[in-house]
Amino acid sequence: MMDIAISAKHISKVFGQVRVLDDVAFELRRGEVLCLAGENGCGKSTLIKIINGVYTPEAGAEFQFGDDKVSGVTPHDARHRGIHVIWQDLALFPHLTVAENIVFDDYVASPLRPLSRKKAHDEARRIIGKIGADLDPDMLVEDLSIAKRQLVAICRVMRAEAKIIFMDEPTASLTAREVKALLDIARTLSAQGISIVFVSHRLSEVLDVCQRVTVLRNGKLVGTYPTEGMTQARLSELMTGRELTQEPRAAGKVGELLLELQGLSRTGEFEDVSLKLHRGEILGLAGLLGAGRTELAHVIFGMHAPSSGRMFKDGKPLALSSNRDAVAAGIAYVSEDRLNLGLVQNQSINMNTAATVLPELEAPRFFLSPKRIRQLTADWIARLQTKVSNAELPVSSLSGGNQQRVVLAKWLATKPDVLILDCPTVGVDVGAKQGIFTIIRDLADQGMSIILISDEAGELWYNSDRILLLRDGRLVEEARPSDIKEEELEGMINA
Amino acid sequence: MPNIRLGTEGVLALLILALCILLGFTTDTFLSLQNLFDLLNNQSVNIIFAVGLVVVLIAGGIDISFAVAASVVQYVVLTLLMPIGGGNWFFGIALAMACGAVLGLFNAFLIHQFRIVSIIATIGTFNLYFGLLMYFTGGVSIYDIPDWLYDAVPLVALPAERGTATLYLPVAVMIVMSLLTWFILARTGFGRAVYGYGSSPEAALRSGVRAWQIQAFAYGWLGLCAGVAGLMQAHIVQEAVPNALNGQELPILASVVLGGATLGGGRGTVIGAILGVLLLAVVQNGLNLMGVTPYAFQMIVGFIILVAITASNLGKILPGKARAREV
Ligand SMILES: Nc1ncnc2c1ncn2[C@@H]1O[C@H](COP(=O)(O)OP(=O)(O)OP(=O)(O)O)[C@@H](O)[C@H]1O
Ligand SMILES: [Mg+2]
Repeated sequence: MMDIAISAKHISKVFGQVRVLDDVAFELRRGEVLCLAGENGCGKSTLIKIINGVYTPEAGAEFQFGDDKVSGVTPHDARHRGIHVIWQDLALFPHLTVAENIVFDDYVASPLRPLSRKKAHDEARRIIGKIGADLDPDMLVEDLSIAKRQLVAICRVMRAEAKIIFMDEPTASLTAREVKALLDIARTLSAQGISIVFVSHRLSEVLDVCQRVTVLRNGKLVGTYPTEGMTQARLSELMTGRELTQEPRAAGKVGELLLELQGLSRTGEFEDVSLKLHRGEILGLAGLLGAGRTELAHVIFGMHAPSSGRMFKDGKPLALSSNRDAVAAGIAYVSEDRLNLGLVQNQSINMNTAATVLPELEAPRFFLSPKRIRQLTADWIARLQTKVSNAELPVSSLSGGNQQRVVLAKWLATKPDVLILDCPTVGVDVGAKQGIFTIIRDLADQGMSIILISDEAGELWYNSDRILLLRDGRLVEEARPSDIKEEELEGMINA
Repeated sequence: MPNIRLGTEGVLALLILALCILLGFTTDTFLSLQNLFDLLNNQSVNIIFAVGLVVVLIAGGIDISFAVAASVVQYVVLTLLMPIGGGNWFFGIALAMACGAVLGLFNAFLIHQFRIVSIIATIGTFNLYFGLLMYFTGGVSIYDIPDWLYDAVPLVALPAERGTATLYLPVAVMIVMSLLTWFILARTGFGRAVYGYGSSPEAALRSGVRAWQIQAFAYGWLGLCAGVAGLMQAHIVQEAVPNALNGQELPILASVVLGGATLGGGRGTVIGAILGVLLLAVVQNGLNLMGVTPYAFQMIVGFIILVAITASNLGKILPGKARAREV
């Protein structure tokens, strides 16, 4: 089938002085799974928003939906044409229940038809069952974790019986099992003639599920290529314009003991966890979602109290009653949920970066120097290669991956001894991932101790000195990347 | 884990019940049928305002101008109807609704078209409406009102300890307006879209919700309710005094917030708004019966609101523990 589902030509978009899309052409065929690939900030989400009428493109744009040629779109049109989107920022309604979020498009499509709560509930149940998610339809979305919200957003689009689905990084916070389920669904849908546009920074997924890939670089179209015969290396090269190579971390020498946990438990979350972290060590924490990795991190960061067990830092007992204590003790935690816990979205990039070190910036005279804040931010922008046009803009104006770098900068600015990274590369492009790991390795080489939580076995294998595997709240295995293969690690995690 | 959640409405209902029992013991008049009926008769106007206002709060806005708008409606309706012989109930209510809705839509227009923050826009129209009203009336009340509006309309009369206890027309109107508002908010797709828009305007726009429709409905509906409330108020006091409703907006806003609506939008219910008004009314009534000075009332209302809002924030903090585990 070569039918065209959507074709868009001459798409440009300027924000302020920055041209984020430059004469891009986009074509989606009926029943295909097309990947939209490119580095953070190259304009993928912006393109999706333009095709859905959320942003108006610069003059000269042409759209074609099926056989309809139009010069402009509104969100209402797009829904009307059966186009639905899993937005990168999810765009859910926090005060409504899961069920209501799932059937929300119904409310818009038929504003007058009285609908029963029960029907919405049953519908939601059915869809949740269909994608095999574990969601309670009566919960408020604001009470859900980011991973569950992601599932709600997926359910919502499944419900809509769309003809065309855009998925903007739908797998960013899902576990391996959920990702697999989603990819299966994508294949089934495309077999039914539904077109899917898939955005993901996990290149293995992309090559696995997509037939063609459209690559953007810096707001310009690089080209559209069949995925057949395409390798991850080749795709990264197309995206970044340079060759990337990944080297396993050389088994370095680690320093003296820094942090020790003895029999740490928190009822219902994890049990009897004992571990030792040395100076300059990168300790990988592997496991599936719900294995207790994030929960353990929360306890080490003082956000929750352990129900039993003890912690020592530098040989001294560590008692944390809040994360403030943890920061004071030199512990920093980069949350997986950057949209909610990590950043104040409507505040400037400057303020977000400086948020953790304000007292320091106030010294010695008790007033904030905007110049020092700007310097600090500029320094971190340069070190992390964040793509920022103006650091006074709100963080919400950054692309997803660049927001992640701001979170990282914010915590690195506290100059911690122990840095806990909870899925630090979720939604970060290949080039930047490498950039972030280069930074992390440098930090470790300078003596910082790092606890790295990740869903990607490869990431752990390449970057850790030692890997601990958590399963159902217990430490079950310890491995060194030098002793096992990457695939073995993957197998251990999913066992 | 059983999901026992009272919600704001449940807590309010329990509080009101507890207060009623308490007042039943401490005063001998509170639990009399007359007193309870009077409470309803007197609060019907406030409740009509409140169910209108809760819509605006749910949609994520705020309106300061509605009470003054109600006074404007009283004057417009009376000045239009008196020369043509006074009209009747049907005409009167229809005109009051239309006139109120127009005033509300003007707010919506300012807010949507010029992107003015709702509180600023309605402070503006508050002053505009009040100024115009004072200018055209010269501050003079209208005592000469049509008979249909002048005569009380008893609906239910029950024998009680001293004479009879009667419920009047405004109570019925209040019930109808509440049911209508409840139906729209809870039982139509559009009503759910209002919640959605209040909860996340951006998400709603991306879903194809049209912002102007939501704004027009929210402020227009509040205007309509205010028009009806204004007419009922004139009916109850049998005259139209230009500044009679001036200053009513804040206690009503407070009741609605007490009923679970927030200035952030996305939250609030009709039942909550009604219970919020009733709670404050019961407190006031009880204090009156106990012979406490009316000045104490404002203080106590302020205190209740602070406690209520703190408590609801506490409520957010406590399940927050459970929530963090979800993360
Ligand atoms: N509303 C806005 N105002 C100003 N700049 C914006 C706005 N939205 C996006 N941008 C900028 O446009 C560029 C493209 O952003 P976009 O979100 O499309 O990137 P992306 O390709 O989706 O990246 P990611 O993979 O990180 O999600 C970024 O540099 C971003 O900072
Ligand atoms: Mg994006």
